[in-house]
Amino acid sequence: MAQEDVKLLGVVGSPFVCRVQIALKLKGVEYKFVTQDLQNKSEELLKYNPIHKKVPVLVHNERPINESLVIVEYIDEAWKGKSILPADPYQRALARFWAKFIDDKVFGAAWKSVFTVNEEEREKNVKETHEGLQFLEDELKGKFFGGEEYGLVDIAAVNIAFWVPLVQEVAGLQLFTNDKFPKLYKWSQEFLSQPTIKECLPPRDPIFSFFKARYESLLASAK
Amino acid sequence: MADEVVLLDTWVSMFGMRVRVALAEKGVNYDYKEQDLKNKSPLLLEMNPIHKKIPVLIHNGRPICESSIIVQYIDEVWNDQSPFMPSDPYDRAQARFWVDFSDKKIYETWKKMWLSEGEEHEAGKKELISIFKQLEDALGDKIFYGGDSFGFLDIGLIPFSCWFYTFETYGNFKMEAECPKLMAWVKRCFQRKAVSNTLPDDKKVYDFVLAMEKILKNK
Repeated sequence: MAQEDVKLLGVVGSPFVCRVQIALKLKGVEYKFVTQDLQNKSEELLKYNPIHKKVPVLVHNERPINESLVIVEYIDEAWKGKSILPADPYQRALARFWAKFIDDKVFGAAWKSVFTVNEEEREKNVKETHEGLQFLEDELKGKFFGGEEYGLVDIAAVNIAFWVPLVQEVAGLQLFTNDKFPKLYKWSQEFLSQPTIKECLPPRDPIFSFFKARYESLLASAK
Repeated sequence: MADEVVLLDTWVSMFGMRVRVALAEKGVNYDYKEQDLKNKSPLLLEMNPIHKKIPVLIHNGRPICESSIIVQYIDEVWNDQSPFMPSDPYDRAQARFWVDFSDKKIYETWKKMWLSEGEEHEAGKKELISIFKQLEDALGDKIFYGGDSFGFLDIGLIPFSCWFYTFETYGNFKMEAECPKLMAWVKRCFQRKAVSNTLPDDKKVYDFVLAMEKILKNK
């Protein structure tokens, strides 16, 4: 059998790349991380993701897969081991729904809450973030979104667990706090401390500095 | 016990049509409930409290939302015939990628073009055509996006075809000239009863959009 060739085109500090790293680690897949310069996109990135030109891109035996949630499902199907999606069709539909919800409604709004200079825009996005987080708070019934063990939704929500608290601190916003969302907060602490997850998280300080610099440059350019 | 299947939808929705085609392909009997989105029903609000949108499939009392998720659910539950998903994980990932692409791009770009004028309108039109050209490239020389069989991505994309007349009329272009291979694929899809019996007449869609435009412009 041919040697598996698995490459992940990504950047350290991207929550979407982190999702893929978690999935690969869960399945025990060995891979090569190929760091990208997003200000100066490589030929490889443009070849493997001509449509969106973004990371992450998983390249498996020379064939590219794009979009983090599509990649995570692919990893679940291509490699045996711990299941990321549930087996039951209804539970699978729910998992896919909540993972998509995080991307469509929560994380985007959280990001826009921080990285904007328009106060009206900020207020609108803060409201939407809070509404989204409340839905997640209400949806969380057990230890993890996946039940006793974490699954697709938990992995998708790494964006919320690690990145939202980080960027809200950059802008001095109160988006995701223990007071407002106690169950979700507890989940985030539990999830981030899981060994597999912990090993896939980027170092906090350099990422914080990176986003702080970006925030400050945004403020400066608006003046 | 018989399955109880209800679909909350609106006749003109490209996303709702995906679900109707999927149910027809599987030969599933269901109760269709046309929704009034200006006056949302208690049932819709109960079954989709998060987004308050259609389509919603209600299977034995349990709701499933988001058209691409519903179609995969239908495939996984009624798995004794006409599989939608390719068997290879890589092909499945490609199908999911392109459905996601069409979700993110087509309707939003159409809206940019629809009621705008001048440069904005031209830019929207150019972008819309380029999206369909990208989809045409993804088809290549295959009979269907699913290869030899009509599958998930075919179901995901075919509903947009009944909006082509509307896109063409507002944008002043012809799909046949821009994307002939895609139009040939549309014709092949229409040979399937599940598609031809499900999709509404494209002139009816246009009349609907025209009426919407009048309402919006009179506000």
